[in-house]
Amino acid sequence: MVKKKFDIGPYLYLLPALVIIIVFRLVPILFAFVLSFREWSINGAGAFIGFENYKKLLADPIFWQSMLNTFYLVIFVVPLSLFLSLVFANFLNSITKLRAFFRTVYYIPTVTSMVAVSIVWKMMYSKETGLMNYLLGLIGIDPLGWLGESKGIFQLMFGEALPAWAGGPSLALFSIIILTVWKGLGYNTIIYLAGLQNIPETYYEAASLDGANKFTKFFKITLPLVSPTTFYVLMMTTITTFQVFSQIYLMTGPGPTTGGPLGTTKVIVYYLFEQGYDNNNYGYASAIALVLFFTILSLTLFQRRLEKKVHY
Amino acid sequence: MQNKNIFTYIILSLCGLFMIMPFAWMLATSVKSQFEINKGNNGFIPYVESDYLDRDGDGELLRCKILKPAPGDSLWINIFNENNEIIASYLKVSASKVTHKKSIKLFFSNFVEAWKQVPFGRYFLNTIFVSGISVLGVIITGSLAAYAFARMRFKGKEFIFYLLISMMMVPQPVYLFPSYILLDHLGWLDTYYALIVPWLANIFTIFLLRQQFKSIPQELFDAASIDGCSRFGALWKIVLPLSKGVIATAAIFAFIGSWNSFMWPLVMIDSPQLRVLQVGLSYFSSEASSQTALLMAASTFSILPLVLLFLIAQRHIMASFVSSGLKG
Repeated sequence: MVKKKFDIGPYLYLLPALVIIIVFRLVPILFAFVLSFREWSINGAGAFIGFENYKKLLADPIFWQSMLNTFYLVIFVVPLSLFLSLVFANFLNSITKLRAFFRTVYYIPTVTSMVAVSIVWKMMYSKETGLMNYLLGLIGIDPLGWLGESKGIFQLMFGEALPAWAGGPSLALFSIIILTVWKGLGYNTIIYLAGLQNIPETYYEAASLDGANKFTKFFKITLPLVSPTTFYVLMMTTITTFQVFSQIYLMTGPGPTTGGPLGTTKVIVYYLFEQGYDNNNYGYASAIALVLFFTILSLTLFQRRLEKKVHY
Repeated sequence: MQNKNIFTYIILSLCGLFMIMPFAWMLATSVKSQFEINKGNNGFIPYVESDYLDRDGDGELLRCKILKPAPGDSLWINIFNENNEIIASYLKVSASKVTHKKSIKLFFSNFVEAWKQVPFGRYFLNTIFVSGISVLGVIITGSLAAYAFARMRFKGKEFIFYLLISMMMVPQPVYLFPSYILLDHLGWLDTYYALIVPWLANIFTIFLLRQQFKSIPQELFDAASIDGCSRFGALWKIVLPLSKGVIATAAIFAFIGSWNSFMWPLVMIDSPQLRVLQVGLSYFSSEASSQTALLMAASTFSILPLVLLFLIAQRHIMASFVSSGLKG
């Protein structure tokens, strides 16, 4: 038997992509680990300082504030987006006429740039000349501060008696939550719609014969069978929400109110950006970035394990 | 049954209105006069509200402002011309000649004004240049790599494949500043290279194309190889022509991603003349923060090209969602 000659061909095909990806993706990722153990400023490499950046991070109140804000963002955006997109997709799936039309309408926010829509929403939230307060005015409600309001939404709803920790995200952050849900809704709806269309019609027919009503069908057939899609959407939305940056930058900073009123919209990527871009603290920024990465990674792995348990 | 359907359509329309509302407001506001906006005209209709004087009783109206009532059922007014300049002040006229009127008036001049205030033309050209070259690169490097993954056997294939998958999971903020330092060492900061070269290959595109290339029947390759077609020839003559749809989808996704990217060019570029559209728009929004109408006009023309591209190409995009590996 002739020994197969080494074939360099496949590697040549891979070469262009791999060179770019290794040099401009893999190397910077590995470099992030190195940076996080060093002082590194505008003057270049500083001393190796071991875990100092991470220690500083754990004692940094702004870091914890940013983590809390990010957590609020995720905890509100993800369930809201999942729920609404599943409802939208269900309605879309139950019609035949105009389905493509509605699908297109829902998807448009997804293709538009976050920068442009952030500017539009910022103007809609404007206290004096915005749409939101105009609409509130039509139904006789006093104008709200929206992006300038640092009070928690629960505090605004239930009054000052509520302890500060139970105040919830500031109205400023909540305004950004609404925009973020709106922006991602179309994508999630389309993914759900694709998932719903994979459920065989015969299941529903059989259930009808057994006398199941609409709600039983939804909870006993649709929800379990669409669960792989749910896990995908859950994972993707969680990952992207952790990385929210543009809307924070455009709507509540930079400038005197950077990071929103009393820092209540400062999320983790925004804090990282400040450390890297404004302060040239690349070592510290990398430590923040890696904490973010491992938070996302462990959540993803956790969701994966959960998915295996609930697989139908 | 019929009623239920109508109910569904009503719900869908309401949801649709919510999704489209910000754009409707953006368009309406982009053609309002800033004067009206500041006065509290913040709804969806770009009207102009004012008092008018019908001086000669012939229906020809002059815009005016009532200053105060004057004795004998008359008013003190100022009269304005088209450009909001006072052409007659403290004029005493009979109250019956003055009427209050709302009329729809569109100020398309906002678009011209916004376009002139900062060099949006330059920003557009920069964006088209950067996105165009990136997409071209992504498709070329992606096709070659996907071809290797889909149709060739070689050592280390699994390893490279999983390495790529795991790198796709790393969020951009992790490698943003390390890349900044790297590009600084290459002397590429604040040049087009920083915006283009790192984005000439894209892992997602490789996977998307690999999926498609794998689905092409082996018989076609066998037949081609009998006819003496080389490996590259098969890519050129068989794979690419059969994959036009998926390549178009991949190109559209890459283009949208490049066009909308913000954090990367914000960090890597300093010179105003190298700004891409998103960065330019962001600077414009802080410079003109009180000019609602101009900002909405600028947002409109920044959004428009991609929305049009999407409307033209949406069949491709939607189909890719249904067929891409989302079966769980």
